[in-house]
Amino acid sequence: MKPLFIKGGRVIDPSRDYDQTTDILIENGSVIKMKKDLKPPSGAEVIDAEGLVVTPGLIDMHVHLRDPGQEYKEDITSGTRAAAAGGFTAVAAMPNTDPVTDDPSMVRYAYDKAVKAPARVYPIGALTRGQQGKELAELGRMKHAGAVAFSDDGEPVVNGMMMRNALQYAAGFDALVIAHEEDPTLSAKGMMHEGSVSSVLGLRGMPSAAEEAMLARDLMILRITGGSLHIAHVSTAGSVELLREARAEGLNVTAEVTPHHLLLTDRLVKNSGYSTNSKVNPPLRAERDRQALWEGLLDGTIDVIASDHAPHHTDDKDMEYDFAPFGIAGLETTLPLMLDEVNAERVKEFTLPVLIEKLTAAPARILKIAGGTLQEGSPADITIMDPARSFIVEPESWQSKSRNTPFAGRRLTGAPLYTIVDGRITMKEGVLAE
Amino acid sequence: MQTLRRKDILGLEEMSAEEINLILETARSMREIMQRKIKKVPALRGRSVLNLFYEPSTRTKASFELAQKYMSSDAVSVAGTSSSLVKGETLKDTVRNVEVMGVECVIMRHPVSGSSHYLARNVEASVINAGDGMHEHPTQGLLDMFTIWEHKGRLEELKVVIVGDIRHSRVARSNLWGLQKMGAEVVVAGPPTMMPPDLDVFGVKHFTSIEEAVADADVVMALRLQQERQESGFFPSMREYAETYGLNSKRLEHTREDLLIMHPGPINRGVELSSDLADGPRSVIMDQVAAGVAVRMALLYLLLGGTKE
Repeated sequence: MKPLFIKGGRVIDPSRDYDQTTDILIENGSVIKMKKDLKPPSGAEVIDAEGLVVTPGLIDMHVHLRDPGQEYKEDITSGTRAAAAGGFTAVAAMPNTDPVTDDPSMVRYAYDKAVKAPARVYPIGALTRGQQGKELAELGRMKHAGAVAFSDDGEPVVNGMMMRNALQYAAGFDALVIAHEEDPTLSAKGMMHEGSVSSVLGLRGMPSAAEEAMLARDLMILRITGGSLHIAHVSTAGSVELLREARAEGLNVTAEVTPHHLLLTDRLVKNSGYSTNSKVNPPLRAERDRQALWEGLLDGTIDVIASDHAPHHTDDKDMEYDFAPFGIAGLETTLPLMLDEVNAERVKEFTLPVLIEKLTAAPARILKIAGGTLQEGSPADITIMDPARSFIVEPESWQSKSRNTPFAGRRLTGAPLYTIVDGRITMKEGVLAE
Repeated sequence: MQTLRRKDILGLEEMSAEEINLILETARSMREIMQRKIKKVPALRGRSVLNLFYEPSTRTKASFELAQKYMSSDAVSVAGTSSSLVKGETLKDTVRNVEVMGVECVIMRHPVSGSSHYLARNVEASVINAGDGMHEHPTQGLLDMFTIWEHKGRLEELKVVIVGDIRHSRVARSNLWGLQKMGAEVVVAGPPTMMPPDLDVFGVKHFTSIEEAVADADVVMALRLQQERQESGFFPSMREYAETYGLNSKRLEHTREDLLIMHPGPINRGVELSSDLADGPRSVIMDQVAAGVAVRMALLYLLLGGTKE
């Protein structure tokens, strides 16, 4: 492989508070040298990064790749292409495949299929067998096969004893548990956030309490079990408050938020005339929740921004509201949406380094995976973005097989230009490598 | 002729007082046609209409079908089975197929809130919502307003009480929006479990005491209590509901002489409404049913009638 030379970019590595204009030399998949005014070695491929921002490769710690089982919605190939197109060099894949990723062979399947993929895939194993909540899955054997975390995402662990045992048992392997916090008896087959909008629309509501009650339970359990717990897609003001208190108390809990929960509210369901692209779980909440999520993100209560990329075929989404599945595809919009927020300066303190931290160092630290940093000796997983590039979201041109986004047609400023995985360019000037 | 400048009738929330007025005025002329010996006018001759009912209905369906016949339109009625659940044809495909056969207006009842919005977006035909989930039932709201208007001569400054399961009721939602747009005061009464969350958004006050709610009321409307709500824990028993929230002569003892008693049907006699009230002199329930045909004739006429550019 030719050496790669990234010239004159603004390099931001929040893992070590680094923010300087410098050159980067990459050889054999590693960062060899970072220094100003380096000379590119002869034969090196040179990327002129002047005016661009160079960061550690972005990590999306919450995606659904639908492979195996629902390859018509997405598969590991299309999903990792979508990741690369979105500026991500690595994704953590949720286990709600068919069959469920609940044993070592399924974990290895994901790794094997992703060997030549344009982004790294870190499989997350199921917490309970078949995500049924009844028996613990073989966490140890899956961890050994490479599972980076365990979760029944989408299927809340209703049984308190099961959650207790899972957390305690996982702690024995120093393994991370990721929880989708929802009491299904309270969300009661709801279709959207419960509040004034659901009342007007006549859609069954999922009260904030459904998330908060389950989160509170799990935090109490964590207090007696130890171990590490990560909260997926936090969506309510009350959850942020619970997490803030838990962290102040010293509990080992981390959390993520999605761009759609940061940017949209339940009003979208009404304003879009019941568009099923507004249907997502947890649901888009009220404005005060949205505000609280930003506060939590900025004060460190929420560590990570993750897409919860949930691709669905148009045939599935183009339905009456109750019949459509939950989910928004986000791999190809997450970075641009967030860069656009940085540019628009709508939220003070949401600077480029803060954003990059939430997409690199934080997920790497929580998942305990390589990457998330950019320095001499680190693997050459790198994202190069143009914060000034303006474009319109056009799902028709996505790499993902799915098109389900409420952001179609939005003009955004800020886009990834290059994605580099292991020293290999997977996206070049906005075009995916074949 | 004045027409409605809209393609679809999806709900009363989005309708203006002027539009509602126009519909009520038109319905009055239509009722006159209904009273003739030969109840037929050629207004919609050659126009085709589809009735698509994904939920059982007696009153609403019969009412629409008669309205279509009195207006001389050609109508077909299809009883649908909810799509997706049975892996049948999708709603969109069903209606597009009928549309190419020449249908210009689709009347749809559907168990999912918002499905009439979904349909309206996907077809060129006009869509009249005949009840979508818990969202709205605009023609019921209109016929209720027409009935009140006929009896009271106005809607402004009347006090209307809606009693029962507001939370799950599309009839209540349409009436809440429509009546308030026309200047009436609306209050709701019933168990707190049956009130929509954040009720304030509708701009109405809630009473748990029926006696308090109906004091000075001009109209009281009882909603049908659905047995299935008991299974979900919204109320403990029909008996307790009847004793606490049911309308009966005793409970309405201290109300106005000219109070109108209404019910969208079908009635659970002795539960939300006692028979002596339902069949008594203050009941206008049968007038509601008759008004339904007139209002639906008016809507068809305003949407399809006249010369189209």
